[in-house]
Amino acid sequence: CVGDLDREPFNEVTSDVVYADPANYKMVLAKLYAGLALSGQTGPSGKPDLSGVDEGFSNYVRQYWSIQELPTDEAVIAWGDDGLQDYHLMNWTSNNPFIRAMYNRIAYQISACNEFIRESTDEKLSGRGITGVNADNIRKYRAEARFLRALSYFHSMDLFGNPPFATENDQVGSFQPRQIPRAELFSYIESELKAIENDLVDARANQYARADKAAAWMLLSKMYLNAEVYTGTPRYTDAITYSSKVINAGYMLQKTATPVSSAYGRNFLADNNTSPEVIFPVAFDGEFTKGYGGTTFIIHAGIVGSMPAAAFGMDGGWGGTRTTSAFFKLFPDTAADRRGRFYTKGQTLEIDNLTEATNGLGVVKFKNITSTGAAGKNLTFPDTDFPMFRLSDAYLTYAEAVLRGGTGGNAGQALTYVNELRTRAYGNSTAGNISASQLTLDFILDERGRELHWEGHRRTDLIRFKKFTTASYLWPWKGGVKEGRAVSDNLNVFPIPSTDLVANPGLKQNPGY
Amino acid sequence: QTGAVSGRVLDEKSQGVPGATVLIEGTTLGSSTNADGTYLIQNVPAGAQTLVTSFVGYNAKRQPVTVTAGQTTALPDISLAENTTLLSEAVVVGYGTQRRQDVTGSIATVSEKQFVQGQVINPEQLIQGKVAGVQITSGGGAPGSASQIRIRGGSSLNANNDPLIVIDGVPVDNSENKGVSNPLTLVNPNDIETFTVLKDASATAIYGSRASNGVILITTKKGLSGEKLRVTLNSQASISEKTKTIKVLSADEYRSVVNSYGNASQKALLGTSNTNWQEEIFRKAYTFDNNLSLIGSVGKLPIRASVGNTSQQGILLTNKLVRNTGSISINPMLLDNHLRIDINAKGSWVDNTFADAGAIGNAARFDPTQPIFTGDDARFGGYYEWLNGDRTLNVNGTRNPLAQLNQKRDRSTAKRAIGNIQFDYKFHFLPELRANLNLGYDLLRSNGTTAVPAFAAIEFSNRGANNIYSQKKDNKLLDFYLEYAKQVGEHRFTVLGGYSYQDFIRDQPLDSYQASADGTIIKAAFPFKTQNTLVSFFGRTTYNFKDRYSLTATLRNDGSSRFPTGNKFGLFPAVGLAWRVKEESFLKNTNLLSDLKLRVGYGVTGQQDIEGAAGNYPFLARYTYGEASASYQFGNEYVMTLRSEGYNTGLKWEETTTYNAGLDYGFLDGRISGAIDVYVRRTDDLLAKVAPQALTNLTNEIITNIGSLENKGIEFSLNTNPVRTNDLNLNLNFNATYNENKITSLGNTLPDFQGYAVGGIGGGVGSNIQVNSVGYTANSFYVQKQVYDANGRPIEGLYADLNGDGKSTIDDRYRYKSPVPKVTLGFGSNATYKKIDLAFTMRANLGNYVYNNINSQQAALSGISTNGFLQNLTPDFYNTNFRGYQLFSDYYVENASFLRMDNITVGYNLRTFAENKSNIRVTAAVQNVFTITKYSGLDPEISSGIDNNFYPRPRTFTLGLNLGF
Repeated sequence: CVGDLDREPFNEVTSDVVYADPANYKMVLAKLYAGLALSGQTGPSGKPDLSGVDEGFSNYVRQYWSIQELPTDEAVIAWGDDGLQDYHLMNWTSNNPFIRAMYNRIAYQISACNEFIRESTDEKLSGRGITGVNADNIRKYRAEARFLRALSYFHSMDLFGNPPFATENDQVGSFQPRQIPRAELFSYIESELKAIENDLVDARANQYARADKAAAWMLLSKMYLNAEVYTGTPRYTDAITYSSKVINAGYMLQKTATPVSSAYGRNFLADNNTSPEVIFPVAFDGEFTKGYGGTTFIIHAGIVGSMPAAAFGMDGGWGGTRTTSAFFKLFPDTAADRRGRFYTKGQTLEIDNLTEATNGLGVVKFKNITSTGAAGKNLTFPDTDFPMFRLSDAYLTYAEAVLRGGTGGNAGQALTYVNELRTRAYGNSTAGNISASQLTLDFILDERGRELHWEGHRRTDLIRFKKFTTASYLWPWKGGVKEGRAVSDNLNVFPIPSTDLVANPGLKQNPGY
Repeated sequence: QTGAVSGRVLDEKSQGVPGATVLIEGTTLGSSTNADGTYLIQNVPAGAQTLVTSFVGYNAKRQPVTVTAGQTTALPDISLAENTTLLSEAVVVGYGTQRRQDVTGSIATVSEKQFVQGQVINPEQLIQGKVAGVQITSGGGAPGSASQIRIRGGSSLNANNDPLIVIDGVPVDNSENKGVSNPLTLVNPNDIETFTVLKDASATAIYGSRASNGVILITTKKGLSGEKLRVTLNSQASISEKTKTIKVLSADEYRSVVNSYGNASQKALLGTSNTNWQEEIFRKAYTFDNNLSLIGSVGKLPIRASVGNTSQQGILLTNKLVRNTGSISINPMLLDNHLRIDINAKGSWVDNTFADAGAIGNAARFDPTQPIFTGDDARFGGYYEWLNGDRTLNVNGTRNPLAQLNQKRDRSTAKRAIGNIQFDYKFHFLPELRANLNLGYDLLRSNGTTAVPAFAAIEFSNRGANNIYSQKKDNKLLDFYLEYAKQVGEHRFTVLGGYSYQDFIRDQPLDSYQASADGTIIKAAFPFKTQNTLVSFFGRTTYNFKDRYSLTATLRNDGSSRFPTGNKFGLFPAVGLAWRVKEESFLKNTNLLSDLKLRVGYGVTGQQDIEGAAGNYPFLARYTYGEASASYQFGNEYVMTLRSEGYNTGLKWEETTTYNAGLDYGFLDGRISGAIDVYVRRTDDLLAKVAPQALTNLTNEIITNIGSLENKGIEFSLNTNPVRTNDLNLNLNFNATYNENKITSLGNTLPDFQGYAVGGIGGGVGSNIQVNSVGYTANSFYVQKQVYDANGRPIEGLYADLNGDGKSTIDDRYRYKSPVPKVTLGFGSNATYKKIDLAFTMRANLGNYVYNNINSQQAALSGISTNGFLQNLTPDFYNTNFRGYQLFSDYYVENASFLRMDNITVGYNLRTFAENKSNIRVTAAVQNVFTITKYSGLDPEISSGIDNNFYPRPRTFTLGLNLGF
């Protein structure tokens, strides 16, 4: 009876069984994408991917949004959850549970990708007798898994500077990951994205919500735009090259308004999967992709004070996120610029108390209603997808790279792209268009705020413009004081969480922590 | 040259005692008494001998006898006195019994006489406060709520800390049961005869891998051979009521606070009613408990059968438990008394009506200025609910606690059957050799439904609820052992070798789902089934020399399916030595001292119960399916997911090494007796969930053998019988335990590493108030040090800068106290005066702290309103005047030491009739009589140390009738 000690699970399947059947590869790939959208194997919660943190908090997009937006002028949050206020107060430490959750989520995503990449090599496929169309499809899946891993390493590099590093060549559980210098990680991501360029499906030719060549190009162009921050070496020419590839791939700005939404606003609605300008979304669905992160969080949390939840297609607000007066002031005329939609009734412009949801203005952007005004399928879990990459970002990347001296593009084209965004923002009116002399770097930063606010880009942008920690731009409660103050430059990267410093003695903490 | 000895053993009522052990001292010659108490021992060496008579629950007697060769010497009747102070002589140990005098381990026995009386529905409460080193904390006042049982502190961090519970030789499964809060509720306390608690490793190691947290052996009542059938009827009727409620502001006080501090929109929300929500949700609850049992023998067949019915209301509206139990035990002796067969079968059927305990917290929070019902709004069943400005339901609002209780029907039915058949065969050709085969089962079937109408606010977004679930458990046991016992001169020894196989299957079939009230399925559950198996080989040898020196050595080799090949088996040795000093010549004739025994023991036990933390397959590379609601969109299809799970291929046993030294003492013929034990328990290769190095595994927390933990303590017990006259008999018992728990290692750590956060609290999602850090007690509170002003008021947001970085951040937290008491005390008494008897039990915990999560959430101004609804405050707001939550202030960690009288019972033997063979006894009892504590909250006794949403323990008054004939 000693043989009875070799029990096998009933409902779970062992790794060997999973990879023997070609049909399962798609389900594993779906989990890699779902790693961005969901918190676990049960919607909206249950069987979480990560432990030691509230499951809803552990969602990738929710964490990424929070870490990129809350420390900036674009967003504040009312809740007192342990460590959450530290983001806006810029008071975080290596014990911050939210930073740890982001770090763990990224590591989890990379590990899951590594596992799939390791199990889907050509040798392993042929060893399992998987050939022909099946093998071809799996090769595409594998390229997408490598893209998703590159995306997470990009986030890791951007947030944590010199994070630990592992690839599919490291076996589960049996090695100590080394800490990779930021510049080396940059080269690795770059080489990965270039290596998969051919294996990825052509731009706009893949199934909706799956990555294609343009997603890889967009990620490359964003890396190049920030290359000086990451490696000390500017790569603006490359930024122009790759943003141009995206721009020329056939994407178009959504230019048609509807009775309930501006053309710009349609990118953030329940039917934004139809938008012609989204390059790479994280997809959510009120029936099939439910969770307390992602757009569930972004929309719920942003309904504050007396904001009518029903107008957002939701069953209530969580009274959380607002914006600062500094951000509001980026819009000289919110009536003309359709991107500046703020909720003011019962809200104060200035924030006396960060934890009071009626302090600061509400931001009206993401909604769970369609462009015809119908509510989403579910009033708690929106259908609205999160646009990780949008054409506007490519336009503004191009323009900024040109202004910063990259070659291969030209200033006229840059101005055209910027004005294209502004024309749409002003309701197909050129009233808001700018002249060549007005197209300065500072203008670009402000325009990125206006165009891309609450889409998870702000912190990276402020750092690139050297305004995240310095006195050159202050916003309310920056550095923990109401009027704002400069903080130490070491805050440009987050600390490696103390849990991992303990687990992995090979890691060195980032300077200043 | 041998002779024989015969005689009869009688009890206090001069009735024959069947089944008593009669032994010629220093030999293995002896027998059990027959149904009428008579015995015959043959082949006794001629000359002066001593006859020792013993029986469970009675004082042993030694009687000199001169045996004449070739004759049968008839001895006068031996009367045994009931033992109320000394623990019995024959001690149940794992796989058999041992003579008390031979026992080398730390073992405590509590028999029926000493049980906590009054209304006891859950078996473990029978011994609450009765045994040094055993801490039993009920989960609250809900009928059938689970208790936390800790023997000598917890030995694990993330593995199970519950002791192994063995009922009549069947180790029972205490893992999660769907629809049953407390798996022990499924056993009727009236069927239990004794509890034996094995505490140190030399006693527990025979259970090897499952023994690290101690073992509780439960023996149920058995029939007696030759005894007439007796019928006992036991009836109790009780009324329970709450002792107090959480202090909150009255409606007027609350109005005044909102009007002075609130903003315009908050003031506008105030209502005009005066509702005391907590008074509304609780009720006087009734309990009826009836048990009928039949005990004796039918012909030569000993039998006991019982049926029980318990109907217990909870003091929270709608809450109820109905339990029906039946048990039968038959114990035939066959083959010329060489084969003893024990058949035990117990069945229970429990119907639970759960009440949403969230209503308790909501009642304390709900705005007292609002009415229970709206006058004009018929939505939500007419109950008042918080609305948005547009009169739609405010989904964030505190739900009306009365609606929460009355609109939710949450019921479950659980059926459990535990049984075994045990064959014990003494070989005809070699009576010293005994073979024992035990086949057991523990089956559970449970199912439940939750129904909420679509209009109810609690499930408004799901359009009501119509959920069902079910669970099956099939656990099997096979034990076989051989024991050889032999006396050679003054040497007596036993050798035992055995094999054990246990298999556990838990199955939650596909038919579980969550649906709207109209039946639309919202979430269909995935089927879930899991299995684990234990295969063990064990051996024990005991050796006794001159009745003075005893040695017990055990070895168990345990295999568990939860570990990878190569690590499946663990070897658990133990050895114990005892020296009966009293038997030495220099003490033998001392009358003052009646017993003195020194014990020392060492042993290693294991831990493999990690299912709760890591499932049954933590070492396998495996994938889990996602549910449909967690799919991902690829184009126009939603693809279900397959997730790779983290795994640890190096997982192995956790090992606890115990050193124990003890002293059993008795004075004045046992009128004063007890034991003192000191112990050190060190757990190594601690199974803990820790963070693996990022990127190295497919999860961020994995069960790993890491670190060490230590429990050190002293236990003391004292039983006295100061008055023993014909009319008055008084027994007092007292026990005290000091235990210190410390984490000594968590693997690699850094100086600024805070440890692993645990202990989630209300008030901030994902906020934890406790931590496991090296050098501190497990689950220590991890808080900021509050700074106070000159008047002793806490200054909001001002905390000592403990790390000296000039800033007040969460890194300034420190470890402050823990929920675990340093000292636990138990004190009880049984007194009989003529026909009246009186018993009480008191307990005290010292040095245990509780985080007052009610005050930390409800004594800050920002708590009154967040999302367009109001919430009440506690009067602690007047002390602090806090504007915002100060969740991590040590101000909220309070000393929760307490003294509690659990029970007091008065009984009166009304009369005896029918030739003294029948009797009627009436009792009156009060449960939860009083609690003395400085803790400011509702109840200081909270095992988690976090006081939030606690179901109050009621005070219960019980009248009982006991009829025997």
